[in-house]
Amino acid sequence: MTALLSVSDVAIRFAGPARPAVDGVSLDLRAGEMFGLVGESGSGKSTLANAVLGLLPASATVTGSIRLEGRELLGLPEEELRAIRGDAAAMIFQDASASLDPTWPVGDQIAETIRAHRPVSRREAERRALELMAEVGIPDPARRFRDAPHRFSGGMRQRIVIAAALANDPRLLIADEPTTALDVTIQAQVLQLIDRLRREHGTTVLLITHDLGVVAQACDRVGVMRGGRLLEVVATADLFAKPSHPYTRALLAANPATAPRGSRLPVIPPEWSVEALDG
Amino acid sequence: MADLLRVEGLRKTFTLGGPPWARRRVVALDGVSLALGLGRTLGLVGESGSGKSTLGRCILGLTTPDEGSVTFDGTEVASLRGRALLDFRRRVQPVFQDPWGSLDPRWTVGRSVREALDCFRIGTSADRDRRVLDLFRRVGLDPDLAGRRPTRLSGGQRQRVAIAAALASGPELIVADEPVSALDMSVQAQILNLFMDLRRDLGVASVFVTHDLGVVKHVSDEVAVMFRGRLVETGEVEEVMDRPRHDYTRALLAANPALHVLPAPRSP
Repeated sequence: MTALLSVSDVAIRFAGPARPAVDGVSLDLRAGEMFGLVGESGSGKSTLANAVLGLLPASATVTGSIRLEGRELLGLPEEELRAIRGDAAAMIFQDASASLDPTWPVGDQIAETIRAHRPVSRREAERRALELMAEVGIPDPARRFRDAPHRFSGGMRQRIVIAAALANDPRLLIADEPTTALDVTIQAQVLQLIDRLRREHGTTVLLITHDLGVVAQACDRVGVMRGGRLLEVVATADLFAKPSHPYTRALLAANPATAPRGSRLPVIPPEWSVEALDG
Repeated sequence: MADLLRVEGLRKTFTLGGPPWARRRVVALDGVSLALGLGRTLGLVGESGSGKSTLGRCILGLTTPDEGSVTFDGTEVASLRGRALLDFRRRVQPVFQDPWGSLDPRWTVGRSVREALDCFRIGTSADRDRRVLDLFRRVGLDPDLAGRRPTRLSGGQRQRVAIAAALASGPELIVADEPVSALDMSVQAQILNLFMDLRRDLGVASVFVTHDLGVVKHVSDEVAVMFRGRLVETGEVEEVMDRPRHDYTRALLAANPALHVLPAPRSP
């Protein structure tokens, strides 16, 4: 079976630091799966995700190969990448309001995403935008269509962003910490929404998160990153039942939610700690 | 036994917005009462806007409630002035989520900790330098780091410095507002261990404000759940976690995947 997204021996360096941000990562995403990429800060998970859609600053040097449905993305000119973003592949971020224009009605923003990639009439795009707002669970979408983003709660704004991301039925959705800024009860709802949509549309999801609870709840497989390297890729159930890498084991053991109450939390060995990376 | 801290019928309303037509009133605290015994740890949980941080600030005497009272060791906090207020500040110390806000970027971190000792005139002047180094060791920091500025420390190290500064005055109560929320899991575990050491070794009571039930379950004796300015449930941690009575507590528990989905690690 061919991979929907195939990352092969990717290394990413920024102009300043000696250590590469991403260091020889290879990874295949299967069509329709939700793949979790976990790691602590500085692990390179977001840098890798941004590299897929060419969103890194000019100071970054990317080597290796990133293929979406067989097509090489690295080295594509900006205009071709722009044609892919929001169409074949879409990305959502932690801060939904940064993805939305604060002065523009949300419905128009979703419709614009459609018209940027499809030759449809304004009326048709608006009709589709309204459908999408209903699909992501915005109550009374017809009435909310002309509201500006600030009229929505954080969770509802993230739903709007998801609607815009899915407007052109992308094959790949990259979600970088999409629930981190939300309250826990809202987090669960947004995760369930992403999961339902990918099942209904057959979208492949790359979910970037620092939260093992989120991975456990939503992902089929998971890759653990640390210091720019991909340490292991396993089925989610196996990650928790029999974590093989010592870093993964340490990370799981350090979670206060699962440790015996009041016990001393096992500290991640110094050589694996975040602080060892740049010390 | 007398309670160290008593909060009774606290109400606080804020007015938000600029021009008169845009203003709206937000009830941050709506009749909150609780009590905390000597050396106990209370986990204060709730979502954003539930009023938990406002309650923390009222306990610290940083926000004045509209109604109700905060009593520390038998004295009402709002009535304190002069030396009595300084003494209260010595005995009740804050730790915030972002240690940047507690540390002067131009000062070495050792000087910031020393400032706390100077402020409360603890020990002789010569004695204080030694105490700063002791405090660094106490929070698990290499005393050599005392000569660095905050920018040259990691996030976890900065939070340890902020805790050292809070401990400088020998407090009996620490009010910690999301002290581990900004930290990576590997660093969070170290800071939680430190809080548990302080309770065991120094008998410090604490109010631990957090949105993370996993953290509360781990470090607290008691838990208070806030929802829209009210305390909807209080009790011993095990009781509340095992048999939540309020719908909102149940929703909060159900929504926290780490508490259910993650299996407990097997003993090595």
